[in-house]
Amino acid sequence: MINFLILPILIPLITGVLLIFANKSIMLQRWIAGLSAFMTVVVAAMLVQKVKNDGVQTLNLSNWDAPFGITLVSDMLSALLVLTTSVVAFACIIYSFKGIGEEREKFHYYAAFNFLIVGVNGAFTTGDIFNLFVFFEVMLMSSYVLILLGGTKIQLRESIKYILVNVISSALFVISIAYLYSVVGTLNMAHISVRLSELSGISQPGIVTIIGVLFLIVFGLKGAIFPLYFWLPGSYYAPPVPVMAIFGALLTKVGVYSIIRTYSLFFFEEAGYIQQLLIVLAILTIVGGLIGAIAYWDVKKIVIYNIIVAVGLILFGIATMNQDALTGSVFYLIHDMIIKAALFLLVGLMAAIAGTSNLRSMGGMIKRYPGLGWTFFLAALALAGIPPLSGFVGKLLIVQGGFASEHYWGAAIVLMSSLFVLISIMKIFINGIWGKPRAFENEERVPYKKLLIAPVILVILSVCYGVGADFVYPYISQAAETLTNTNIYIDAVLKE
Amino acid sequence: MEILMAFVVGILFMSATYLMLSRSVVRIILGTTILSHGVHLLLLTMGGLKGGAAPLVGENASSYTDPLPQALILTAIVIAFGVTALFLVVGYRSYKVLGTDNMEKLRGNEGND
Repeated sequence: MINFLILPILIPLITGVLLIFANKSIMLQRWIAGLSAFMTVVVAAMLVQKVKNDGVQTLNLSNWDAPFGITLVSDMLSALLVLTTSVVAFACIIYSFKGIGEEREKFHYYAAFNFLIVGVNGAFTTGDIFNLFVFFEVMLMSSYVLILLGGTKIQLRESIKYILVNVISSALFVISIAYLYSVVGTLNMAHISVRLSELSGISQPGIVTIIGVLFLIVFGLKGAIFPLYFWLPGSYYAPPVPVMAIFGALLTKVGVYSIIRTYSLFFFEEAGYIQQLLIVLAILTIVGGLIGAIAYWDVKKIVIYNIIVAVGLILFGIATMNQDALTGSVFYLIHDMIIKAALFLLVGLMAAIAGTSNLRSMGGMIKRYPGLGWTFFLAALALAGIPPLSGFVGKLLIVQGGFASEHYWGAAIVLMSSLFVLISIMKIFINGIWGKPRAFENEERVPYKKLLIAPVILVILSVCYGVGADFVYPYISQAAETLTNTNIYIDAVLKE
Repeated sequence: MEILMAFVVGILFMSATYLMLSRSVVRIILGTTILSHGVHLLLLTMGGLKGGAAPLVGENASSYTDPLPQALILTAIVIAFGVTALFLVVGYRSYKVLGTDNMEKLRGNEGND
């Protein structure tokens, strides 16, 4: 079926529209949201298999030929990210059934959630730069609603800052598109790539480098890289746990994906300057995130700063631009989406039981909640990259690639970062889960067993992803191959 | 013509930056609307300002203005409009709940759950 790759966008969209009408009955909403999230996972998995068998899938909407209409493109990287998004969304929806509270569910929580998934899946699949902007806005609008829903003081306060930062970065995105359009005169990403390589054949125009840096600022604001991550710790702290999990797992990764896509497709000709810039920024991002992760005694803040570390790691792999490091980055990107969602859900569960997210007033949870304790332990080891688990392969390949490209300092910092990540996350385990058992005020009210289902699913997946790395590897290396050899992408879209 | 428009856009960006760095939430929102005006004008300018008929096939002209930037701007305008409407309501609501529109006072550490 030729329309296959639009289904991961279409299913959540239709579900979102249906849910707007079904807001009276909470049970009906849960059933619709759960079933459609499951269907999206199935469809996305079938899409990955199709891309594996038949190569890059493209769909010209309304049958307009490639540079003139909007083209949706699903190469292996997009398909894998869409699958991961669907899985994470499914887990977060299951967690929301018990974790979000009926008051929020009545006010279109699931509808906004589905529109967020529309935006994310669309951003991963589109082949048109302005359409990417529109899907960004779909995603951001839903995220504004989700961060605000409930209207507590902290949510209102932080959402003002979150909206302001994103309005500015969206304006910058349109500015960069305007500059790019005046240079190349097209919006289709494959066609832009062709035009830019024709341009650089004549003389190296400095304007292309400037546009490249502008795109880096835009996507860096979305994806939280070094000088531009100032908004993230406050904003992600505000919303309730399942929303926090979906933000932490998906939103920054869309920025990272856009950096990967634009740099592999548009600006690889100017590798020198932008590559140096990216490497320096990636390393500073890692260091900045680590400082935050070590400094805080708040379980949510620790995981939030670990997002920034992971963004830096992935970007370092992208910036070194060799096959190993790229494969490692893709590996790590998918691992990180799954494990961050799991960690946020676990940490949120701990905070819900303890009634506070302050680590100093937790302790001894392993006595009464052994399932939570050991799941968290596995997730923490996977995050740090202990060999049989999922974080290991990605980090190993990134470090290998870094050494092969002679970025010794960067690779060394990547290695060191694992140690600090392990310290920061083990701090939660030692102080919160081990130690002297305490009585918590909230524990009777928390439906602990039902809330644990979603993070357990994610952690099991992450363990399978690590142990079955041999099985996953062909998919990942196919994704990395389209990144190094852009002709595969361009030929698939423009059908030359 | 393009050079003149570039200066106009520059002035709009300048005022927007100045307003967004102020303390009052309403001024910040005004800044974002001015910023979006600047962005839309820039999009129109970068598409080219050469003479030509309005992009209607019925005009039967020999040359038309570029229709693509106009479509992009139309999209960007409604998006900016939606976001601004939401932002204004958030500003109003937070003034009601928090009792201040001074960004300096919108700090704090307390959590949600």
